[in-house]
Amino acid sequence: MNFKMKEVKNKTIKISGAEAVIHCLLEEGANLIYGYPGGAIMPIYDELFKFSDKLTHILTRHEQGATHAAQGYARTSGKVGVAIATSGPGATNLVTGITDAQIDSTPMVCITGQVSSHLLGSDAFQETDIIGISTPVTKWNYQITKASEIPEILSKAFYIARSGRPGPVLIDITKDAQFEKFKFSYSKCKGIRSYIPIPEINNKQINDAAEIINKAKKPFVVYGQGIILGEAENELIAFIEKSGIPSAWTILGLSAMPTDHYLNVGMVGMHGNYGPNVLTNQCDVLIAIGMRFDDRVTGDLSTYAKQAKIIHLEIDPAEINKNVKANYPILGNCKESLKALTEKIIKNDHSNWKAKFDELMKIEYETVIKEDTIPTKNGLTMGEVIVAINKFTKGDAVIVSDVGQHQMIACRYAKFVKSKSNITSGGLGTMGFALPAAIGAKMGAPEREVIAIIGDGGYQMTIQELGTIFQTGIAVKIVVLNNDYLGMVRQWQQLFFDKRYASTEMTNPDFVTIAKGYNIQARRVKERKDLDVAVKEMILSNKPQFLEVCVEKEANVFPMIPSGASVSEIRLK
Amino acid sequence: MNNKLTYTISLYSENTIGLLNRISSILLKRHINIENFSTSPSEIPNIFRFVIVVEMTEEKIKKVIQQLEKQIDVIKAFYHTDEEIIFQETALYKVKSSSLFEERHIQNIIKKSQANIVTVSPEFFVIEMTGFREETEKLRYKLAPYGLMQFVRSGRISVSKAPMDVSDILNSFNKIKN
Repeated sequence: MNFKMKEVKNKTIKISGAEAVIHCLLEEGANLIYGYPGGAIMPIYDELFKFSDKLTHILTRHEQGATHAAQGYARTSGKVGVAIATSGPGATNLVTGITDAQIDSTPMVCITGQVSSHLLGSDAFQETDIIGISTPVTKWNYQITKASEIPEILSKAFYIARSGRPGPVLIDITKDAQFEKFKFSYSKCKGIRSYIPIPEINNKQINDAAEIINKAKKPFVVYGQGIILGEAENELIAFIEKSGIPSAWTILGLSAMPTDHYLNVGMVGMHGNYGPNVLTNQCDVLIAIGMRFDDRVTGDLSTYAKQAKIIHLEIDPAEINKNVKANYPILGNCKESLKALTEKIIKNDHSNWKAKFDELMKIEYETVIKEDTIPTKNGLTMGEVIVAINKFTKGDAVIVSDVGQHQMIACRYAKFVKSKSNITSGGLGTMGFALPAAIGAKMGAPEREVIAIIGDGGYQMTIQELGTIFQTGIAVKIVVLNNDYLGMVRQWQQLFFDKRYASTEMTNPDFVTIAKGYNIQARRVKERKDLDVAVKEMILSNKPQFLEVCVEKEANVFPMIPSGASVSEIRLK
Repeated sequence: MNNKLTYTISLYSENTIGLLNRISSILLKRHINIENFSTSPSEIPNIFRFVIVVEMTEEKIKKVIQQLEKQIDVIKAFYHTDEEIIFQETALYKVKSSSLFEERHIQNIIKKSQANIVTVSPEFFVIEMTGFREETEKLRYKLAPYGLMQFVRSGRISVSKAPMDVSDILNSFNKIKN
């Protein structure tokens, strides 16, 4: 249906605000959105019905699911994710996903319906101050009360969400503005005078940092999601290979570089690898690229890399000196700054220093990794499940993990050969993220295998999204690593609360039966001998699949930096 | 660096609904109390100016300024110590008219403190005084025995001794745009 497109473009007819929203979405290339209808957003849903050949709307089973799906979509496609909901509870249900997108810098535009403008402040049915509620967790938000505001505000919303350090934007549209008719015209936002998305690169900062890197004896790179968001994967590899510097990922930086790259030394942080954590406190220059020194990365700040000169490449000026003082800040998009820096550095080799990482990796392998991945005990480990997945995906899959022990194990052991492949809730730690995010991730990269790895706790927080998978047939592969516990909290209770397992043991339902109820092929693995076949069949299928693996109940994730300890105090057991 | 000081934040922004909420949420998130606050148009057409007084360490105020400037509608934020600015507050004092006529002393107080009488009616009169906090406070204590019907003091308004280059920022944006 070529629905009045020409007339709209030529401004010969007036259209409703609701229809204008659809035109704006199409102008911004948002032809796939997630949401849930309700009273105050019905005019927009009516237009979605009319434009269903141009714009696909995926009905999730809860508005939180819509936000996480939009996040997953954004993170595999590199585009802006869109979630849409009604006023009141529809809007408040978006808040967790918006907050997650804010702390993990995910480009997302949320559109909420609102009661008619004459009812604002009257405590009308399903009225809530979503602008007030979402202010601290959005990059920007705005309430539209007139249809004529829609084109300018939506173009600004997309511009703000995707530019600079990306983030979530919420646009609240009153119902009368959705009905109101006006002459529509659209022009893409090209800039906002009070907003500098990408700071200009300062050559002095580049030269100073290059000089320090060239003199360094024990330099160390920690790269974060900035590489992926800035699409600077090639620039990162060029920089690292020329400088010969051992490099570690943050949880959100994972997959920016192939995991098996010879200079990749593992993950930093609380459950990261032994070498990169210990040697953070021995390096002489720490080059932080597109990362923000989260407390889960740094441990105790007063003992974090105090011996090192810190070079910090960052797009967001507010991150400079926020947690760790940068001796040499480099503002700008790391795609450009890394390129400029690579030109200024000398070709170097740090294999003696890299050997230290290898030595510590050997220790970690013997004490932790070996038993995690090739266990000698009877109980299945989370690690061996990830290894089995690696075996059949060859590192080519998108791994969407939830939050908890299984997440740490997935991020430690999953292999990646492509960027934008590790989707997880890093900053907010949102249990329930993975199932809906995997739906979006698969739609953002339909040609890729998408495997959600979820614990039995988090799975039940958004389990209703199985309905979305059922209805759409999206071929997501769901692996639940079931230990009948909220495993990470239980681990802390064991280590720091004298094994008082307060409210962490779970009496779980029959997950296989539940999946089957949604017409999803499902199986349960309890024994090692069945694991490989089950994983292989799951991956070979082009339909949604569910696999429950009953793993060791009281296994712990190591290494571990105890809360408040220094990175070099990381424990192997 | 680690001593708490009084800082005056001068923030230039677009005039948008909800920006005040955004600013206060940045302070709220960090458990910072707003000592004093005022908002008005600035020297630049259509650009608003917030003056916010807070007490904290310099290390912390720097981070707060970074977070404030990060907000889309904020053009630029500055922080200054009291020595770096010229600042004033205005206070209004509502007093019973009878005391003005019965207590001769009260007229001396007003004269000495360089306060102005804004209005006089049969029931009450209103005194205005602009100055430093200590000065308006002193007048409040002096008038208290005569029965203050109402007292109110405005937020701090301040101008910096050094220039604030907000116009330059806006001009450079216009240049890029054209």
